[in-house]
Amino acid sequence: MLSSSIGYYSLIFGLCVSIVIIFLSIRNFKISNNLDKKILIFSFVQFALVLVSFLGLISAFVFSDFSNETVFNNSHTTKPLFYKITGTWGNHEGSLLLWLLVLTLFIFIFLLKSKNQPNKYRILTVIFQQIIIFGFFTFLIKTSNPFNYLFPINEEGLGLNPILQDPALAIHPPILYLGYVGSSIIFSSVLAATTLNNINIYWAKHIKVWVLTSWVFLTLGILLGSIWAYYELGWGGFWFWDPVENVSLMPWLALTTLFHCLLVLEKRPIFKSWVIILSISTFTLSMCGTFLVRSGILNSVHTFANDPERGLFILSFLFVLVFISIFIFFIFHKNDENYSSPIFLLSKETSLVINNWFMMYFLSVILIGTVYPIFLDVISSQKISVGPPFYHKLLIPFLIPFLIFMAIGPRLKWIKSELKGKSNLILLLIISLFLSFFIIRNFDPNYLLNSILIGSAFYLFFITIQDFFIKKKRLSQNVAHFGFSLLILSILFNNILSKEIITNLRVGESYKNKDLEIVFNDLIKEDKKNYVSFTGNFSITDKSFKSLLKPELRVYNQPNIITSEADIKITLYRDNFITINSVKNEDYFNVRYLVKPFMLWIWISVLLIVLGGLTSLLKKND
Amino acid sequence: MTNKKTLIVITSFFTFIFLIFFKGLNNSNTYKPSKSQNDTIPKFSAYSFYEKKIINSENIFNEKKFYLLNIWSSWCLPCRDEHPLIMSLKENKKLEIIGLNYKDKNKNAKKFIDDLGNPYSRILLDNDGTKAIEWGAYGVPETFLIFDNKIIKKYIGPLNPESVLEIKNYIK
Amino acid sequence: MKILKIIIIFIIIFSSQNIKAEEKNLQNKITKNLRCLICQGQSVYDSDSEFAISLKLVVQNKINQGFSEKEIYNFLTDKYGEWILYEPKFNKNTYILWFLPLLIFLFGGAIVFKKFIKFK
Repeated sequence: MLSSSIGYYSLIFGLCVSIVIIFLSIRNFKISNNLDKKILIFSFVQFALVLVSFLGLISAFVFSDFSNETVFNNSHTTKPLFYKITGTWGNHEGSLLLWLLVLTLFIFIFLLKSKNQPNKYRILTVIFQQIIIFGFFTFLIKTSNPFNYLFPINEEGLGLNPILQDPALAIHPPILYLGYVGSSIIFSSVLAATTLNNINIYWAKHIKVWVLTSWVFLTLGILLGSIWAYYELGWGGFWFWDPVENVSLMPWLALTTLFHCLLVLEKRPIFKSWVIILSISTFTLSMCGTFLVRSGILNSVHTFANDPERGLFILSFLFVLVFISIFIFFIFHKNDENYSSPIFLLSKETSLVINNWFMMYFLSVILIGTVYPIFLDVISSQKISVGPPFYHKLLIPFLIPFLIFMAIGPRLKWIKSELKGKSNLILLLIISLFLSFFIIRNFDPNYLLNSILIGSAFYLFFITIQDFFIKKKRLSQNVAHFGFSLLILSILFNNILSKEIITNLRVGESYKNKDLEIVFNDLIKEDKKNYVSFTGNFSITDKSFKSLLKPELRVYNQPNIITSEADIKITLYRDNFITINSVKNEDYFNVRYLVKPFMLWIWISVLLIVLGGLTSLLKKND
Repeated sequence: MTNKKTLIVITSFFTFIFLIFFKGLNNSNTYKPSKSQNDTIPKFSAYSFYEKKIINSENIFNEKKFYLLNIWSSWCLPCRDEHPLIMSLKENKKLEIIGLNYKDKNKNAKKFIDDLGNPYSRILLDNDGTKAIEWGAYGVPETFLIFDNKIIKKYIGPLNPESVLEIKNYIK
Repeated sequence: MKILKIIIIFIIIFSSQNIKAEEKNLQNKITKNLRCLICQGQSVYDSDSEFAISLKLVVQNKINQGFSEKEIYNFLTDKYGEWILYEPKFNKNTYILWFLPLLIFLFGGAIVFKKFIKFK
């Protein structure tokens, strides 16, 4: 009750502070070249206000204050304390508040960390960022106030969706948001720098830290989401090309491209317009993702509370930002690039341009695949689905040259390099291709693509390994690229070598085929705090593996939902994955047993990629 | 000059996208299949509920009159709700009501009929749900109005008084 | 270097033999490409809804009756519309979907090679 009103009024004050800061900054921008200390102070005050509001919401959750509508809709007294706290951002209102918290935190950090940048640029960045913050404040207060008061007060809440009661998913949103919101700083900063015609080598060095930070968080966020989907959704997959997943991948691709582009801009003043466009699109894509997910315009595995009114608000806000950036780009950006020094075919620049080219293609495939059904529906009322086969067909063939360029690119020097000494590389490439053709001739053509893809992934894999032994190489880049090759290899082998058995079993029955036996020993019922658990006891014997697996069915009481908890035996070589599901009107269970080779390596390789980013980030701060 | 042109092109492009999204917001995001293009009723054979004999669909929908195929199950709550409405159509001589009992236990289904009445002139069994798929159904209840081996109207979800009125208008 | 090459050859041959050995189940392949109408974000293969369970059976029956993959897709789109397929059919509704990304790729390539890179 009290915490809710404190939270609500802090939000209102926070909104007012936003207006004050914008006003102060505009005056400051006009009259002086120094940054007014007040801007810094007010930014901190704003952050503190949002923090208070956020803590208010957390305490409402912790003390199960059901006079608060958000708490009533998403919590329950029997829920463990940990999930009461994480439930704060497990819903639309709370997650937006968290988003706002990160927004205000980041602009404050930006102000502290950008002291050696031109003051006009800093002030202008603050103005753009405050416009975004202002938009989010209004959005939160107007359409999704987390502190709505309910009367009469209910005794009990409706509970949090059990599939969200999970440690990975508890930290997944905050980390993902750090990535998304970090891109808002890039957005504001690039608009400010464009207005002041300040896009240059120094700016590139300065913004690279933010790009890397957002990139690291976004990658981690996506990884956590995938891990969660893998063990919680219970289908053994980790990426479904679902719209909600796609919208997190799009800003990631844009960020990755932007980062590689900045590597060039750090060295030579070229690609300026391109860097601006990329920086703008990174944040725009994040917002676009928020719109697609929150408005309910798409339907997805991951269900959220949808509301067209919210959708309309985000949509309008998104396009206001898009139009502002377009106009700033066209009015202020002067293309003064020096074309007198061309890019040579064999140079690092070339490889980075090619990287950009492919990344933009991947991005466009995902973007078009995600939004095309909406367009078709609106224009011709035809309803279609775009799913995994579409993405695989359009992405995989292009991954092959991409991997090869990724292997060669880092070996080239800036500006111009010689072909001599590179013969090794080309030899290795020819060998890889030759091998692929050998495979085409001798094996089923269905696997042609896979074989070539494996060939090129191995190519990158070996080249990057070799690079570890060459001195004066960029370690961070090498780690990340090595991780990427490992990722592709693990995914491929995982796909190709996966085995699955789906069968119906009663307690005491067993399934047997030529190399494996599954015995359903018994089923144990247990009453837990907010659910009833049924744990199956399976012993599995195959050629190299003998083990006991215990998948679980949970019948939650509030809300009344059945979830299936997989039991996974994880080893370095493979995961053994089993889930059970009840079948209506039948006394048997649907048992799904999967062998997923190299599953662990998928996660490890993404962590390696993140590690690459982190090394680069730490090196910058020295 | 070219700069201005690009600006106009890009601005109108984004305005177009905005309008599409704006219109898309009002569309429902859950998909319901419309009546299939090919509206001839499927051929199938099924066990009958009481006699446990295999019946071919040709021998069911063979007369020149209206048929109503209702897919139901005793475990489905909306079926219980719509049942009185189907009962109210029973008296209509121009209409023959066929039930398709979907993934049910015989005992429960019998109890359902005993408790709520039997509006069906014939009940067919669909133990594994495959017959319902032949009909293009994906849940229970679904109801099809049939005339001359053609599906005239398809109702997804329980019937309501309006749809019953509509059916009565069709068979007038 | 030589050792590396030998390893590559070894692993690729080794792996492709495994590929060959692993016969993919046609039913799984088809049901993975079908979208479930009950839980609309999932494939029929992944879903455990009543509808999905039955549909898996229907697909298996059709395979046993000698239907080809394409015939099964046609049968199902006839009943449920094209929405049920995860891989959109190639027709006038989807030309843009399939070609636009490729056009963007070609267009991007043209810019890259014309504007930036000088052959020297």
